Amino acid sequence: MKYQEGILPRRMWVVVALSWVLAGCSTKDNAPIDTNFQRELQTRLIDAKPGEVIEIPAGRYTLDRSLSLRVSGVTIRGAGMNETVLSFKGQKVGAEGLLVNASDFTLENVAIEDTRGDAVKVNEGERITLRGLRIEWTDGPSTANGAYGLYPVRTKQVLIENCLVIGASDAGIYVGQSEDIIVRRNTARLNVAGIEIENSRRADVYENVVTENTGGVLVFNMPNLPQRGEGARVFRNKIYANNTANFGAKGTPVASVPAGSGVVINSNDQVEIFDNDFTDNATAHVIISSYFSTGYMTEKGVAEIFDPYPEAIHVHGNRYVGGGNAPDGLDLKALKLAVFGLSGRFPPVLWDGYVDSKKMQNGNLPPNLAICVRDVGEVLNADGPGEYRNPKVSRLEHNCSLASLPPVELKL
Amino acid sequence: MTRGRVRAATRLLSLLITAAVLVGCSPVPTHPVFHKTVDPETLAEWGVFAIEEGRLVPRAGVIEYELNTPLFSDYSHKLRTVWMPEGTQSNYSSDSSFEFPIGTIVSKTFYYPLATTGDRTQVVKTSEALGHEAGGRLVLNAVHLIETRILVRRASGWAASTYVWDAAQREARRERTGAVRALQLVSERGGAVQSMVDFDYVVPDVNQCAGCHATDVKRGSLWPIGLKARHLNRDHDYGGRLGRRNQLEHWAELGKLAIPADDPLTRARSFGVSLPRAAVWDDPAAPFEARARAYLDINCGHCHNRQGPADTSGLSLEAAETSAVALGVCKSPIAAGRGTGNRRFGIVPGQPDESITVYRMASTDPDAMMPELGRALPHDEGVELIRRWIAAWSDARGCDQVTSNSARHSASATRLSRSQGWNPGRYQAK
Repeated sequence: MKYQEGILPRRMWVVVALSWVLAGCSTKDNAPIDTNFQRELQTRLIDAKPGEVIEIPAGRYTLDRSLSLRVSGVTIRGAGMNETVLSFKGQKVGAEGLLVNASDFTLENVAIEDTRGDAVKVNEGERITLRGLRIEWTDGPSTANGAYGLYPVRTKQVLIENCLVIGASDAGIYVGQSEDIIVRRNTARLNVAGIEIENSRRADVYENVVTENTGGVLVFNMPNLPQRGEGARVFRNKIYANNTANFGAKGTPVASVPAGSGVVINSNDQVEIFDNDFTDNATAHVIISSYFSTGYMTEKGVAEIFDPYPEAIHVHGNRYVGGGNAPDGLDLKALKLAVFGLSGRFPPVLWDGYVDSKKMQNGNLPPNLAICVRDVGEVLNADGPGEYRNPKVSRLEHNCSLASLPPVELKL
Repeated sequence: MTRGRVRAATRLLSLLITAAVLVGCSPVPTHPVFHKTVDPETLAEWGVFAIEEGRLVPRAGVIEYELNTPLFSDYSHKLRTVWMPEGTQSNYSSDSSFEFPIGTIVSKTFYYPLATTGDRTQVVKTSEALGHEAGGRLVLNAVHLIETRILVRRASGWAASTYVWDAAQREARRERTGAVRALQLVSERGGAVQSMVDFDYVVPDVNQCAGCHATDVKRGSLWPIGLKARHLNRDHDYGGRLGRRNQLEHWAELGKLAIPADDPLTRARSFGVSLPRAAVWDDPAAPFEARARAYLDINCGHCHNRQGPADTSGLSLEAAETSAVALGVCKSPIAAGRGTGNRRFGIVPGQPDESITVYRMASTDPDAMMPELGRALPHDEGVELIRRWIAAWSDARGCDQVTSNSARHSASATRLSRSQGWNPGRYQAK
């Protein structure tokens, strides 16, 4: 079968060619590998020119090798997150479904299922758009699932919107070591972490639905990395019933997250959490913690310059319903029992109590570094430094305010 | 004009036409050819090798080289060559890749010695270079040629392509989207088969070439990995009258390696000064430390360096790395996912079975294994080397957790002692 060059516009030609190889397309179980499609698509990615749109028509395609793109200015577009499906069930080669090392990249309206490792990784690049994607591990939550769903790392100007991410054994949507990020109107469910912003600067996470994960939204800083993160706004999200037992591999940062966590801030600064609806997160709706509480702080393994203290944290104007009634892990269970009794519950916000004594002035952090929690009755200081021996409930100590963080503006 | 003359003229004409057609269709050069913009479809068009007397033979001017410690690629053997255009030379560097002139062609042919079974899909696991004669000649009926990779230095930078050999081993054709060869790795002892392991040898696609050779992820450009002083500083058997000699010295004598007068190599040749030299990973005479660091350097350092694609992990395994944390000591993984193997730290001193590094090296799961590409089998001997290195770690064993800052600051940041770092070794003057 041959098409004469010039009869069809270039873009159409790709569509036609890809539909041709689709002939003989397969059913879901034990699907044979669509070798021709795989080869054709990877060739298109290798040959792509800046400005090119590679369209993948509706259909279900089974691949066993990861795809990769190294050309900037390329858009990959499917016919919809339920129409164009790339299944990597039985993947043999590659640590990702799609690996991108390029700028001005858009991926939209495609489903990527059952990759062995991460589904989509974008390593280094500016102006990255991931839109209308369904990323799913179809057998439900399992430690055997790939780690990350959408994984831009060391990127700038990142937009992730209208995606559905299900079943990642680490984070569904994970933005690492990046700058200027918007994550909005996505649904993340049944992942260990629904959405994670790590070592990143200026992130807006809003209008997402985050449910049935172990932890809903994580804002973390990890040691030993060239970039420290700060500046995240988490607002207008629905974060509910994130009570799935932690199925992350031991040793991963998310493995330390207790099931039943709504938002977890760890060692990050300048984080504003507001106008969210928190419902039925059984450990706590908001956890503010330091790296000391993760169990990974070692004498030899953390660079001296790493600052493990969460500072300038501003939690206000959220709505809280239920939750805090069945915390995960022995320490937290014991803590709840001791302070609130068998039928009691944690207050919506839990702080591990670590504070940088070097920065204290008259026994308090300076106002611009404070942990401010308003519009909530109580905050529990768990006394992590005292090994949970003297937890205390505070009503006024955190009743302060910080200047609102500016919105993230993208120039995509 | 007689009939005979006409016939002779016709014959001559047809010969000329045939010759012209042959030249037009398959221009097989008899010397290396720099293709300035486009990769040709066949390896033969690069003119790097001839096939003669049942052997693959590097053409005149093509220099074979070997590395102190090579990258592991499923127990395949490698024939490495470099060619530089007439009258040009490379420039020495003590730590990074030499600077090569435009037109340089580097080749790496992946092959296996054949098992005695006679089945070409059965290949031998051996460290002996069976079927590989001095001067870089491969005996075709003794080896299974898989692929020949080309790195060419164009005006725009280095470009990579790979050529996959046909079953008859007469021609290798360019393959941009990779390929898979089903093989059996046979361990033999005294002519008897000890074990057979099925595996898929995977030829990379051209993007995957960059997965290793784009050693600076921000710039994205490709670079040779092995063509550095520390890897090349060793003897090599050139055969014939040349015999065994130091590769750097040989290149310099050929006029293919330029050395400024004040350069260490010049001084080394005059005064016997140390030049960078990586250990040979399986040399029982070398210390574990140096062997392990050389192994991590060549197998991991192209991604795991401070500018490489794996800088996202905070793990840096290049030869020059001096921070113990950056090597993984008591370091938490950043984004390892299931690659942790349920272990907590990269390297737990004294405890290889608790160290993620060992787990990932031994794994063949695409999501967990390291390196991510280029192998389907674990390198048992390489894993064992790293295990023994970690087991013998002389500093305090284990990774003690701290729960307060005062405890944390009492421990000074661990730095590697000189002996734990990369050992430059001695330049071997002739």
